[in-house]
Amino acid sequence: MSIIVKQLTRRFSPGGSPAVSDVSFQAPAGAITSLLGPSGAGKSTLLRLICGLEVPDVGRVLIDGLDCTALPVQKRNVGVVFQSYALFRHMTVRENIAFGLNVRRLPRDEVEARVDEMLRLVQLEALGSRHPGQLSGGQRQRVAFARALAIRPRVLLLDEPFGALDTRVREELREWLHELHERTGLTTLLVTHDQQEALEISQHVVVMSEGRVAQAGSPEDIYDRPASPFVASFIGGASVLRGHVLEGRAALGSLALSVPAAAREGEAVHAFVRPHDIKLARSVSAAGAGERTPFMGRVERFKPVGGFVKVLLRMPSGDEVTVQVPRSEFEALGVVEGDAVRADVLTASVFVGDYAI
Amino acid sequence: MFAPSIHLPRRKTRTLEGSPWVRWTLVTVALGFLAVFLVVPLVAVFSFAFQKGWEAYLTAIAEPEARSAILLTLMAAVIAVPLNLVFGLAAAWLLARFRFRGRALLLTLIDLPFSVSPVIAGLIFVLLFGRQGWLGPLLFEHDIHVIFAVPGIVLATVFITLPFVVREVLPVMQTQGSDEEEAALTLGASGWRTFLRITLPKVKWGVLYGVILCNARAMGEFGAVSVVSGHVRGVTTTLPLHAEILYNEYDFAGAFAVASLLTLLALVTLVLKKYVEWRSEAS
Amino acid sequence: MAPRSRRHVLPGFRLSLGLTWAYVGLLVLIPLSSLFLKTFSLTWPQFWETVTAPRALAAYKLSFSASLAAALANVVFGLLVAWVLVRYRFPGRSLVESLVDLPFALPTAVAGLTLTTLFSSKGWYGQYLEAWGLKVAYTSVGVAVALTFIGLPFVVRTVQPVLEDIDVDVEEAAATLGATPWQTFTRVLFPAIVPALLSGFTLAFARALGEYGSVVFISGNMPLRTEIVPLLIVTKLEQYDYAGATAIAVVMLLASFLLLLAVNLLQRWSHRRLEARSRA
Repeated sequence: MSIIVKQLTRRFSPGGSPAVSDVSFQAPAGAITSLLGPSGAGKSTLLRLICGLEVPDVGRVLIDGLDCTALPVQKRNVGVVFQSYALFRHMTVRENIAFGLNVRRLPRDEVEARVDEMLRLVQLEALGSRHPGQLSGGQRQRVAFARALAIRPRVLLLDEPFGALDTRVREELREWLHELHERTGLTTLLVTHDQQEALEISQHVVVMSEGRVAQAGSPEDIYDRPASPFVASFIGGASVLRGHVLEGRAALGSLALSVPAAAREGEAVHAFVRPHDIKLARSVSAAGAGERTPFMGRVERFKPVGGFVKVLLRMPSGDEVTVQVPRSEFEALGVVEGDAVRADVLTASVFVGDYAI
Repeated sequence: MFAPSIHLPRRKTRTLEGSPWVRWTLVTVALGFLAVFLVVPLVAVFSFAFQKGWEAYLTAIAEPEARSAILLTLMAAVIAVPLNLVFGLAAAWLLARFRFRGRALLLTLIDLPFSVSPVIAGLIFVLLFGRQGWLGPLLFEHDIHVIFAVPGIVLATVFITLPFVVREVLPVMQTQGSDEEEAALTLGASGWRTFLRITLPKVKWGVLYGVILCNARAMGEFGAVSVVSGHVRGVTTTLPLHAEILYNEYDFAGAFAVASLLTLLALVTLVLKKYVEWRSEAS
Repeated sequence: MAPRSRRHVLPGFRLSLGLTWAYVGLLVLIPLSSLFLKTFSLTWPQFWETVTAPRALAAYKLSFSASLAAALANVVFGLLVAWVLVRYRFPGRSLVESLVDLPFALPTAVAGLTLTTLFSSKGWYGQYLEAWGLKVAYTSVGVAVALTFIGLPFVVRTVQPVLEDIDVDVEEAAATLGATPWQTFTRVLFPAIVPALLSGFTLAFARALGEYGSVVFISGNMPLRTEIVPLLIVTKLEQYDYAGATAIAVVMLLASFLLLLAVNLLQRWSHRRLEARSRA
């Protein structure tokens, strides 16, 4: 049961900039798809358009091949987990889970059976008669899942479901969601601003920026082959290096990378380099024959973080670059603040034109 | 034809609010009810007051008995409001900042004038100070008149309006906490100075709100004052009592002329109340 | 807050304690105790005879039934007005918002005079209602009308903040689970505002029981027919029957006390039900 979104646009005030603008993508059946982007990118609005809480100005929403753009939210049969959980405070856990079934006027014994099944699924069998106010954050979250799943939804939509929890509970629940998905196989759409979360639990990622789709693909695609400077800078904590086109290649210190064919000789390029894609060396010897001039950076600061050392380099161009070096390697280098080091870029994403934020 | 539309607040989505038809029906019924019960009576007061023209109106509110009723009403308010203001501040400070034995009882007693019928409020003072009352013979001996005289009216008014300032200031003080007061004390400020410079400015809108409500009730009170007044024309009649007397004498225009003054008071109260709410939200 | 055993850090404890108790003692405690002392001047049979006299019973019945009718009307219309004020934006909304408090601000005598004139047989409303055969002024219906006016703000002002506090998310969640707007209202919103409705109802009811100024004009004050309890007290006072007035007053006080107790228990119950946190 895939979700297909075609050219969706939603503008909140006439003449204002749209919250969602001409968005098309496909969430494959049975997979977890993440909608990833900074806050204000239009992810939540997109989710609300898909479940029917917002009506699009233009565009269509297809769930399982069926056009449900005109279908009211009540009839769409989608499970939604809200960021705030939106549990009914005056109802017990059981009553919360049974709500969608009672509304559908299912026979009582069927409702009871389904609620029991859901309580088992989210491992809250013992807490059925509690009120939401008596539960911890993680427990409330699981009640919200159970309530959404009880109606046997065609798809599951999650709006920042772990946003309000502390880190440890977040990680546990992430693992739990993974298992839950394995078991239910439900097509799931997850809205998140946390790239770690998106890359870790989804099979498909849609990166959004300013109401538009910036890139859609597998987590590896997004990480290794960012399609735009925005995606490259948003994912992976990359630093920017500037260079220019030399002999048809982008020259970044000792590294030459291929550039799009349209690039002219001498044109400015910029590259996004991830902290672990730079190798540091003590060598200050002159460049060998045929070798391009390597980058020489000065160590501004360094700070051990767990098994790694974070080194901040100042390049001759003035750019600041963050490099992550395994601890043992850094100790072997034996550099201190102020030392010059040779920085070899292993790989980078290159874009033509000067970098501007 | 121009028809004003009923908008939904921005945060709402249209899917959940029912059809426009439902919306229109609900708003129409609600506004119709309010028109019948609030707006028309409001218009009626002024319409009845002016039914014999401007001159009759001015005569009705300028005659000596009306003037003395206005004076007595103002006097009762001028005594009751400051007394209850001082008491209200002290009691709110006490109840917001300290836990002590008898606190719950004190709260209940402070609320009592709200929950007791105004008639009973009058009655208790009659029982104390009336000729058959506990202190009646003593007062009679010294020719002091409380019941059927001005002091009784003032007493009943003070009683009826006692909770207003406390009830408005207490929640404000409670939500604001006492961090700033404690900071002032560590900086060497005296207790008085702390109260005047820190606490009072923090709760000023709550105080003002309480004073406005207290004043409106003080000027408009009928039941309690009626019981202790004795209805001596021109001597122990406040404005509401004066309106009653005129009405019972079938001087409807006169009664409503007096009533219109009280209605103006109510409208001014509502405007001030709105203003205070607006200012306290802004700050 | 500082525990009782420790000395208070904040200044003014003794001063404010002394001032408050003195004021409350003089103005509330002593006058009110005079009421109970007066009651004890009656023997039990005398007391019982006074409070169960046919005229008193008729007055209880009228006060109770008219207050109940008014409080119920306030529940229905108060909920409607609160709903409309919170949920919809329409021209004149902020004016309506302020006007709702009019019955609190308007002296009750003015309300009584005006409603009586409007509903009398030649009044703006009365002439049409009487053509339909409905007499309002000088009947028990009139008493209920005046009490409805007086109690209007209570339900609106208790329900409104609760309605405002309900998260939109909760309604949206109900919709995604398949609930129609009506189901969302009856199953999700209404249960959430029931405690507020109940306390609004009780406040309006208690206020109506004690109300005097607005009713005395419209009721016509016929013993056994349109005489409310507070009026009976005043009548007895005017006949210098202090003991009789006091006995009736004590019965009324007990009734309002029970009502207030009910409000408090209700609020505590709903508070506990919704705000409970697990101790685990």
